[in-house]
Formats: sequence, structure tokens, C-alpha cells
Amino acid sequence: MINYILRRLVTAVALLVAVSAVTFLIFFAIPKAAGADPAQMYVGKSATPRDVEATRVKLGLDQPIYIQYGRFLKGIVAGRDYNNGPSVTHCSAPCFGYSFRTDREVWPLLIDRLPVTVSLALGAAVIWLLFGVAGGVISALRRGSIADRTAMIIALAGVSLPIYFTGLVAQQLFVHTWNIFEGGEYVNFKDDPAGWANKLFLAWVTLALLFAAQYTRLTRAQMLETMSEDYVRTARAKGLKERVVVGKHAMRSVLTPIVTIFGLDLGGLLGGAILTESVFSLPGIGRLSIDAVNVKDLPIILGVTLFGAFFIVIANLLVDLLYAVIDPRVRLS
Amino acid sequence: MSTSLLKDGDPAPYRAGSAAQSFLDVRDLRIHFKTDDGIVKAVDGLTFQLERGETLGIVGESGSGKSVTSLGILGLHRRGSAKISGEVWLDGEELIGASPERVRTLRGAKMSMIFQDPLTAMHPYYTVGKQIIEAYRVHHKVSKADARRRAIEMLDRVGIPQPQKRVDDYPHQFSGGMRQRAMIAMSLVNNPQLLIADEPTTALDVTVQAQILDLIRDLQAEFNSAVIIITHDLGVVAEVADDILVMYGGKCVEHATAQDIFRRPEHPYAWGLLSSMPRVDREVRERLVPIKGNPPSLINLPNGCSFHPRCPYVERNGIPCKTVEPTLAEGTQDHSVACHIPPAERQAIFKSDIAPSL
Repeated sequence: MINYILRRLVTAVALLVAVSAVTFLIFFAIPKAAGADPAQMYVGKSATPRDVEATRVKLGLDQPIYIQYGRFLKGIVAGRDYNNGPSVTHCSAPCFGYSFRTDREVWPLLIDRLPVTVSLALGAAVIWLLFGVAGGVISALRRGSIADRTAMIIALAGVSLPIYFTGLVAQQLFVHTWNIFEGGEYVNFKDDPAGWANKLFLAWVTLALLFAAQYTRLTRAQMLETMSEDYVRTARAKGLKERVVVGKHAMRSVLTPIVTIFGLDLGGLLGGAILTESVFSLPGIGRLSIDAVNVKDLPIILGVTLFGAFFIVIANLLVDLLYAVIDPRVRLS
Repeated sequence: MSTSLLKDGDPAPYRAGSAAQSFLDVRDLRIHFKTDDGIVKAVDGLTFQLERGETLGIVGESGSGKSVTSLGILGLHRRGSAKISGEVWLDGEELIGASPERVRTLRGAKMSMIFQDPLTAMHPYYTVGKQIIEAYRVHHKVSKADARRRAIEMLDRVGIPQPQKRVDDYPHQFSGGMRQRAMIAMSLVNNPQLLIADEPTTALDVTVQAQILDLIRDLQAEFNSAVIIITHDLGVVAEVADDILVMYGGKCVEHATAQDIFRRPEHPYAWGLLSSMPRVDREVRERLVPIKGNPPSLINLPNGCSFHPRCPYVERNGIPCKTVEPTLAEGTQDHSVACHIPPAERQAIFKSDIAPSL
């Protein structure tokens, strides 16, 4: 078991390093090869060649790419110093550099935006898990019934409709036409919990609809398969109540793949829900990344990408460990 | 043709004279499934009796309705998809018409079942102990500790070494034979009076097969249960069964004592089963004789005798095998056969054609 955990941890770290190397190459080496100069991007078009050169030296862009990458990695782990000529700016760990546009450190920006994204992701996750799994189970148990067909049609619609459609329609109806929810700026949970929920609710439901649809279909398929397993028949043969047969024996097996998908989905969302955050004007990581892309703010793009990768790798790791808890065959092999 | 022909659907041709109900009394059991291709008549008019302490072997090929019968007795078919008619009396109580809740309380307690493949039949995520404890506590209001003691006792009884330790193992940590023992322990934890073993030894190697059969026989003697062993392997029932019921296409084609089935079988299908069975107590013959053809589709059974396309004696002396369905008729001494060939003639055929080559 300890071996299993250690192996997974090492894999996770190696994966993160690999992702950082590839992203770094994409954002710093490839533009350069294509003739775009990161130093020029930093100072803007109106700067003199001397300023560009000074920036190049200050950011270390005059160094070979592997040294740049080495410094970047060291910055994340131990912090790094930028030499401004007369003065030295220290950027403490984890240092992802400074925004090309606002000159602010990237890391605090990410941390600032994280609560919004977490609020959005967790709220939506609760809704989609609840409705997705319940819907799938009911669908499977009443296969072919009106409830099953209705759930499957809603699920099909949910997977097919893009967020920028459902999100806009929901806002138009519930905020502007019926005034059920307030529009406007995001508020912190700490400052105003009711307002926080009020602002986020439509975003949760919109995002959850997309995921709940997938979870309903997955749960239904999994439940149908499990119900025909021999061990479910054995559970019935013991004289267990149908409630126990389904709720305990069948559910235990149904949950395994759902836990896997859920971990990956949640990990992915914590890296930013770009569409939902944009449609509902939520200042989360997704918004940060799309804004950074629009103005070619390389350090932020890099930071957001690595941040997202970090969550996905961590989610993968947790799923692997959870798997060992859920399935004894994994634990012992 | 025999004079004591009974019409299809008449109750209890076997031991029809006995008025008193047996411990298990199955009468004209029919289990049909509606499918898109038509109605599958998995079991079609099955009748048999079984007393406590006795063992009945139900023998037949895949798809002959053996397992469907056992699941039907336990009430494990979905009421929606399966159409079940007939009567199943267990200890004076009718089960087909009883409420599902009532049958559930009997299931696992008064009647229980050993399944074929214990690897898939036990839940992979729960320990063997937990699954036995659960089976015990469904029907007994006892503490977990008491149930655990009972589970260890049962594991010990079925011959699992170090039961105190193995009780916390998962099914995949057991060998095939041990899993089957654990499965048996689980089925017997509530001292069932009726035990149905569905291919209990099919997934096991031959030495373990013998041990498991011995175990079932010992436990039966100890608890005085009625046992039904379902198998396609005549060798298995030869060892343990008192009576044997041969099924073909969802119907009983021959029903007699085990001795009669092996020494004086009368149905051509039973002859085929015997000829295709390897025997260690006889000299090695050149080759086994398979039954030609394939088991029939249960949606479209052949007209007349459903065995006629595969029967070497079909239409013998102008008997209308292809058009008239033979009924199960009692011959001599509790030996009933569903075949148009007159009893004296089929006994003669067996003596002259079949017995010498067995």
C-alpha cells in the first residue's frame, strides 16, 4: 500500500515537471522561433530598442532556453531575483513571474481568483452529483418507463446544449425577465453568504446541467450492467431487501467509475471554467486565463496552465488513492 | 403407446398416487419470458417432488431450463419480464402466489442456493466474512459479534483452514475451491431446509469437485435438508443424487431413481447423455459418442417431440414423433419417460444397442 502511494506520488511529480517543461517551451521557445519576441511583448510597441534590451536582460530572456527554464523552475520552488540594474526585485516562492501588462506578481493573482472558481466548481459539483447519480439510478431501475425516457431526453439536451446558450437563456429569463435572481458583481462568501449563493446559483445550475447529463448516462449504464451481475443475484438470494440490494451491493460498484470521473472533472474545473465564468462574469481563474490570452500576457497564461495542470494531476492522484480504498483488489495487487 | 398417458398440464405424473404433499412439491411450473423475438418457454410444465434428506439431480444441456427452474423456486425472476405459472409448495406453503415480501423472508433462510461461479457470485468489494455475516443477520436479530462468531464457525465447518483469519479476506484472495466452500458456508449459515446447488462444481478441478460434493452430502446428512443439484455433468449426480430428472427444452423427459437412470435409462436423450460421458469405472473406449445436433431454441421448439431432430430413433415404426408431442408417462416403479417408443421396445433397444457400448 505504501509502495503504491509512493509510486503514484513520484509519477505525479514527474508529470508536473513534464507539463511545466512543455508549457514553457510552447510559450517561450516557440514564439521566439516564430519571430515574436517576449521582451518586445513585455515593453510594448512604443518602447526603444534600448528598453527592449534592458528588459531582455532583466527577465533573463537573453539566456539559453534551458537556463531560462531552470530559473523558472527554481522560482516556483525557491523564489527568484530579478535584476533591474540598480535595484533587485525579489519574487518569493512560488514565483511564476510578473504580468507583462500590470507588472503584478502572477501567483497572488491566481490565489485571488481561486475562491471564485472553487465556489463555482464545488456548488455545481454538489448539484450534478445529486441529480446525475439519482437520475441515473432511477432511470436504470425503471428502465423503459416515462421517468427513464424523460431523464434520458433531459440528459441528451444537457450534453448537447452549450453553456453560452443555456447560460445566456437562463440569465435572460431568471435575472432580466422574472427578476428571481440578482445580476451584477460577484460577492465573497465571507462578506455576504446569501448574496454569494444568489449570484452563483444560475452559474451552478448551468454548469451542473452539462455534467449532470453525463453523470446520469454513466450511472444508468453502470447500474444496468451491475444489476445483471451474479453478486447482485446472490444478494437477492440471501433474502436482502431490494433497497439494500440496490443501495448497498449495486451502488458500491456503480460508484467506482463515478468517483474516477468526478475526480477528473472537478480537477479540470478548478483550473478554471472558462465558458461559465465568462458568461456569468465571474472573476475566476477561467476569466483570468481568457483575459491573459487576449492581451498575450505570457507569464499569466503559463501560470494558469500550470495551475490547472496541478489540479488535474492532484485529482488523478486522489482518484488513484481512493480507488485503492474502494476496490480491495487494487489495494493488494 | 403407454396406456397411462397424462394430458399435458395434468398435475404430478410422477408419484401421482401420493396424496400427501411432499416437502417440496412443484406442480406444472411454467416460466416464460417475453422477448422481442417471441416468447421463450424456458420451463414448460415441470412437476416434481422432493422430501427432506433426499437429493434430486436435475440434468440437462445448457438452455434446458435447469437454472431458470431453480431461480423460479427461489422467486428470483423479475415479475415484470418473467411470466410464471403453476405451483411451488414448500413445506405446505405455496410460493408462486405468495407476496414477494413473504418469499424474500424465506429466501436465504428456509431455502437457499449455491451458485455456479463463486468468483462472480460473491461481491468483490466485501470480505467473505462480511458477506456471510450479512446473510446471517438478514434473518437473525443478533449482534455483529455473534454473527461473526457464526461466520467463523461456518467457515470452519466447510473446511476453511484458519477461519478466524480468513474471515477477513476478500473473495479474490481465496482459491477457487475455497471460494466455493465459502459460498456454501454462506448458503448454509441459516440452516436452510431446501438447498439448491446450481452447477456447484463446474468451475472447479476434479479433486476439489469430489471434496465439495462430499461436503454437500455431509452437510445434508447433518441438517436433514432437501437438496437439488443442477448440473450438466452426469458424473456429479451419479455420486450424490437419489433421484434424477432429465430436462430437455424446458420439459422433463425422464425422471427416475439415480440407479434406474444409469442402469435402465429409457429416453433416447438420456442414452445420448450417458454415451457422451467419460467413465473411469469402465474400459477406455475409442471415442465418446456425442449427441448430434444442437439444443433447440426455446422460442421455436420443434413440433411433436422436441428431441426428434436429434433422435436416432425418430419415426421408428411409423411413430408420429414429428407431429405429436409425447407426454410424461409413468412406466414401472416411479420411472416416467416422455417418449413415443413403447416401454418394452425402448428397454430392448437400450439392452441391445446402447448398454454394450457404454
